[in-house]
Amino acid sequence: MLLALVIFLPALLGALAWLMRDLRQQLWLLVGTASAHLALTASFWLFRPSSVGFFLSLDALGLLFLSLMSALFLAASIYSVSYLRAHAEDDVAIDRYVPFLLWFLAAMTLVTVTQHLALMWAAVEATTLASAPLIYFHRRRAALEAAWKYLLICSVGIALALLGTFFLGIAASAVEPTPPLVLGALAASGKSLALPWLKAAFVLAIVGYGTKMGLAPLHTWLPDAHSQAPSPVSALLSGALLNCALLGILRFYQVCTAAGADAFARTLLLTLGFVSLGVAAALIVGQRDYKRLLAYSSVENMGIIAAGIGVGGAATFGAMLHAVNHSLTKAGLFFLAGNLLQTYGTTRAAEVRGAARRLPMTGALLVLAMLAIGGSPPFGPFVSEYLIFVKAFEANGWLGGLFAALLAIAFLGMAGVLLPMAQGKPADDGQKPEREPLSSIAPSLALLAAVLVLGVWIPPFLSDLLKQAAGLLGG
Amino acid sequence: MIETLLHVALLLALPPLSLGVINKVKAFFAGRNGPPLLQVYFDLWKLLRKGAVYSRTTSWVFRAGPIIGLATTLAAGLLVPLTGAAAPLAFGGDVIAFAYLLGLGRFFTMAAALDTGSSFEGMGASREATFSSLAEPALFLALAIVCIPAGAFSLTEALRALPWADWGAARPVYFIAAATLFVVLLAECSRIPVDDPNTHLELTMVHEVMVLDHSGPDLAFIVYGGAVKLFVFGALLVQLLVPVSTLDLLPGAAAMVGGQLALAALVGGVESVMARLRLVRVPQFLIGASVIATIGVAILLYRGHA
Amino acid sequence: MTAYADLILLAVLLLGVYVLATSRLGAAIRAVAVQGGLLALLPITLAARTSWDALLHVGLLSLGTLLLKAVIIPGLLLRTMRTANVRREVEPFISLHTSVLIGAVMVGVAFWMGSVLTLPRPAPATLLVPVALATLLLGFLVIVSRRKAITQVLGYLMLENGIYVFGQCLARDMPFVVELGILLDVLVGVFVMGIAIHHISREFDNIDTDELSTLRD
Repeated sequence: MLLALVIFLPALLGALAWLMRDLRQQLWLLVGTASAHLALTASFWLFRPSSVGFFLSLDALGLLFLSLMSALFLAASIYSVSYLRAHAEDDVAIDRYVPFLLWFLAAMTLVTVTQHLALMWAAVEATTLASAPLIYFHRRRAALEAAWKYLLICSVGIALALLGTFFLGIAASAVEPTPPLVLGALAASGKSLALPWLKAAFVLAIVGYGTKMGLAPLHTWLPDAHSQAPSPVSALLSGALLNCALLGILRFYQVCTAAGADAFARTLLLTLGFVSLGVAAALIVGQRDYKRLLAYSSVENMGIIAAGIGVGGAATFGAMLHAVNHSLTKAGLFFLAGNLLQTYGTTRAAEVRGAARRLPMTGALLVLAMLAIGGSPPFGPFVSEYLIFVKAFEANGWLGGLFAALLAIAFLGMAGVLLPMAQGKPADDGQKPEREPLSSIAPSLALLAAVLVLGVWIPPFLSDLLKQAAGLLGG
Repeated sequence: MIETLLHVALLLALPPLSLGVINKVKAFFAGRNGPPLLQVYFDLWKLLRKGAVYSRTTSWVFRAGPIIGLATTLAAGLLVPLTGAAAPLAFGGDVIAFAYLLGLGRFFTMAAALDTGSSFEGMGASREATFSSLAEPALFLALAIVCIPAGAFSLTEALRALPWADWGAARPVYFIAAATLFVVLLAECSRIPVDDPNTHLELTMVHEVMVLDHSGPDLAFIVYGGAVKLFVFGALLVQLLVPVSTLDLLPGAAAMVGGQLALAALVGGVESVMARLRLVRVPQFLIGASVIATIGVAILLYRGHA
Repeated sequence: MTAYADLILLAVLLLGVYVLATSRLGAAIRAVAVQGGLLALLPITLAARTSWDALLHVGLLSLGTLLLKAVIIPGLLLRTMRTANVRREVEPFISLHTSVLIGAVMVGVAFWMGSVLTLPRPAPATLLVPVALATLLLGFLVIVSRRKAITQVLGYLMLENGIYVFGQCLARDMPFVVELGILLDVLVGVFVMGIAIHHISREFDNIDTDELSTLRD
């Protein structure tokens, strides 16, 4: 029953927030719900909750992504407090923000705690519906265009994912009696599933959910949506939503593994992963908009994760670890980008100079976070990328070399944009350091601290969970 | 012997009547009395008694055009069964002969038009060439739909093998074939919405402008040949929709005549309610017919696989 | 009854081709509406008449499909077309001839794929799989080859119709899963509202913002 609670809590409180008119109350509700959600999720680490029917059940993979999302959501909630206060005067849909954010959380939670593939599909669609209004938070044309693109492209993707789910059903109908579309039952049927349909289902799933996950060449909505959405929402899109879509692919992958089609699935993942890496690296270099830069970096990192799973073996563990590292770092970066946007009023990188002097904490954190996401030691992403690199290199020297080269290009591209923003000379020398509210700094500080810790020491409880999750994926 | 005689008699005598029915139906829709049903016969008789005028710039091609046009159409008419009996000239592969006899006649009509050296006739010939080259794939695909299930490439055999008992299950493809053939009929016989047989505005004429220089008996051959062509295509359509080939000789012939008259009424109705397509839209109409026929063939091949 | 199902499927396919071929927006919307109406009949023709419960279930599903796909969404689209002053032409990126020919190729591909992927259990109607795939591909083509948002929604609707047809293969084993497809219609509704907003905001852009500042104390 706890599993149902963790979904319905944000959903119902979201409805309550819809009725509230006072922003202060709404924000209290938001932070309160986020804390309760995190507390519930934390309790799942100690006592794994029992399944509800065959609709809801939690495994290591789900718990990993659920915890990650829950932690990010708390950070985003706290950050939202200062963000909303700063934008309360603008032309924004201010009293719709909190309800949609809470429904977004509910939909994402459902994705992680169900192993019924049709229900999961519905949940992924619900995340689209809940997050599109959030992207159109700032009432301006560009945001409307971004929201429209997001809706259209992701909906086409989601329609294909539904077709993939149907194909899976067809594959299952080869078994007598036909198993329900639940992961366990499908995996138990294993090799008696109809293989051609299963493969076609996986292709559709990787195209469909891959669209939402931002795998190139289907990533085109992502930079627009991430750059137009309010920063806390961008952080959640990048850090949590992309993972949910990844989870969709992974569930299909698990079925493929059980049916002995894992080599086929891994080849696809590897290919799309490298395509994403390449496309993102090419677009990061010379990028002029720093929020788009971060969005392309998300495409890059999703590519790394997909490639990691595609390499298989111990790299699967690396991919899981990288999902954690990327989410934490990227959310932190989007919060910092939000601070810059508030102070400078532009997302054009060339117009942001001397952030380290004007916003000392933001500037310093920006440099550190940039180093972290680029994969330099001693931060977490270095460890996970290194793990994947080694395995890729063992599998094929050229593959490993390509992987390292693309990472290096992306890193240099990011440094070329972000470093001048932090270090350059301010346009106006007389500007004094501005006050940075605690709620705008604390979330990124905490996230970066976590990434730093992960770079030197992975706590045993986490590495156990990661190992279990990788085990589910045959790693 | 009697079958052949009946076939030839029907083929020679009935076509102008179809034109008469079309004109009568159009007159009815327009609220007029219209010409008598047999007016086309009178016109033909009148034209045959007149002399022909030939321009000095024309050659034998111009004189051969109408004759070859009529002869090939009549020959094609001998390949399509009109009654319950086999067609007089039926042989394996006559489907191809059918399509290319009509093509040959069209070629000579166009050649005759070009032979006049007039730009108007040339324009008509060019339009006719464009449209018929687009109608031809549709015709072939429709014939393929008829022939593939039977596995026979003779019209008589293929039409006899139509699954009348199992019509329900096979209906969709034959429906497609009939629709495509109807479009081809409209295009090949210069009916609305592809062409307007009554227009005399050179800029919009297709078939009519091509035969503008013919007179007397030549014009009679052309009008008569056009009627026979309509009748031959009509016979194919009627065979596809009515189980003529399962009936005896005389009931079959009666069904064919009834079907032809109904079809003529349908064409007249279409001409009355539809506007002519703009010239640039005609290719789209014909390509559409080909695409639909392609779908029909795809369905057949798909069934073949399953 | 499956003969009728094949007939319906054929009509669905031909309507899809018609949407590609027509240059008038209103005609395209109506064609998709008719397609939706035909799809509503599909479960009835395919239903295995086992019990009244099952029949009632199928009937309700058909009714819901009819209302959504044939009445409400096309109605909304037509209304948006009128109120938002959308130009009544389709405005394709590629010529209509070309899109019809590409469409024909796609239909061919769909039939080929349908014959390669054989169902583990025989499909309830012969043409189900190829028509589903073909409608889906045609919908895709409409989405990528048309300029206007409203036509893209139309293409999405066709894509969704294709998925709905495919879902009929599963209707017996997993009715719940198939009905999820109806959620897609909700998305379409959101789209239509999105277009309305889009055009309204475009209207506002044309008005000088100074004229909007008259309402103050």
